[in-house]
Amino acid sequence: MIIAATLAVLVVMILAIIRAVVGPSLYDRILAVNMFGTKTVLLIALLGFVMGRPEFLDIAMVYALINFVSVIGVLRLSDAFNAKHNGPVAEPAKRDS
Amino acid sequence: MDTVLTLLSSFCLLFGSFLCLSGGVGILRFPDFYTRMHAVGVTDTLAAAMILIGLMLQNPDLLVIIKLMMILLMTLFISPAASHALGQAAVLNKLQPLINMNINPLEEDTSAGDKSSKS
Amino acid sequence: MRYKINLSIVLALFWLLNSGHYTYLILALGAVSIAIVVFITHRMDVVDHESQSINLSLTAPKFGIWLAKEIVVANLTVIKHIWLGNKSISPTVITVKASQKTDVGKVIYANSITLTPGTVALGLVGNEIMVHALIRENIEALESGDMDRRVSQLENS
Repeated sequence: MIIAATLAVLVVMILAIIRAVVGPSLYDRILAVNMFGTKTVLLIALLGFVMGRPEFLDIAMVYALINFVSVIGVLRLSDAFNAKHNGPVAEPAKRDS
Repeated sequence: MDTVLTLLSSFCLLFGSFLCLSGGVGILRFPDFYTRMHAVGVTDTLAAAMILIGLMLQNPDLLVIIKLMMILLMTLFISPAASHALGQAAVLNKLQPLINMNINPLEEDTSAGDKSSKS
Repeated sequence: MRYKINLSIVLALFWLLNSGHYTYLILALGAVSIAIVVFITHRMDVVDHESQSINLSLTAPKFGIWLAKEIVVANLTVIKHIWLGNKSISPTVITVKASQKTDVGKVIYANSITLTPGTVALGLVGNEIMVHALIRENIEALESGDMDRRVSQLENS
C-alpha cells in the first residue's frame, strides 16, 4: 500500500512539473512549484516508511518550512519585478478597497 | 485488531492517493489560474491528511505519530497562507479571472461585468 | 514577560518531542538553543509588543470538528467537478463581509475559507474578504453566513 501511495505521489509530481513547464502565466508556475514542494514532503515521509527509517520525518518537516519560505520569497521577488516595470503595485489594492 | 488497523491504513492511503491523482489531473485540466488553485487546495488538505493518517495507523511508536501530526498541522497552517499570498499577488498584478463561463447570462451578466472590472 | 515564558515552554516542548534522545549533553544543548532563540526575539522586539494573545474558548474543538467535516464535503465536491470537466464549473468572484471584531478572528475566518477547497480568499481589506469560488453553490453556502457565525462564536465566548 505504501509503495502504491509513493507511486501515486510521484505521478502527481510529474503532472505538477508539466504544469510548471507549460503554465501560461508566472503564477501558474509558482503554484505548480508550491504543489511540487508539498508533494515532496509527502514523498519523503512515505519513503521513510518504505525504507523502514522514520527518522526521515525530520527532513520532511524541515522541507515543509523551507517550501513555505521559498514560495513567499519568490512572490516578493515577482512583486518587486512587476513594480519596476508597471509602476507601483500598491495602487490597485487601495482602489480595490 | 491488527488487521483492522492495517485495513484502515490501506484504505486511507489508497483514498489519499486517489485524491492526489485527482488534484494532479485538476491542475492540468482547469482553464485558468484561480480555478487551478482549488485543485491544489484538494491535494494540500484532504489528500495530505489522508496519507499522513494512513502512515500514523501503520506505526505504533508514539514519537513518530507526534511527528506526523506536527507535519499535518504545519501543512494545514502553511497551505492557506501560501495560497492566500499567491492569490493576492495575482490580484494585485491584475491577472483577470475567468468568470461565469457556463452560467446563462441573463441575470448574471451585470454583476459579472461589475466584478471583473473592479478586480 | 509572560509571552517569553510561554514561548520558552512551547519551544522546549517542540524540542523534546522532536529530539527523542534524552542524555544530559543533548538536553543542555537544547536549553542553550532555546535561550538563544528567546534572546533573539527579545532583540527583535517582537514578542511582547506585537504578538496577540489567543483566547480560544472551549468551543474550539467543536469548531475544529465542524471544519473537518466541511473540508471533507468540499473536497468530494471539487473532486467530482474535476472529473466532470470544465463544462460543470462556474467560477465566481464576490466579496463577503466578516463580522469578527479582532484581527485573529478575521484571520481564522479567511483561513477557514481557504482551507475548504472550492473557495479561496484572495484579499482581506478592512471588513471585506474577496473570495474566488469554483462553483456557485459554494458562494451560496458562504453567503448564508454559517461559517461566519461559528467563527464569531469562537471569538466571543
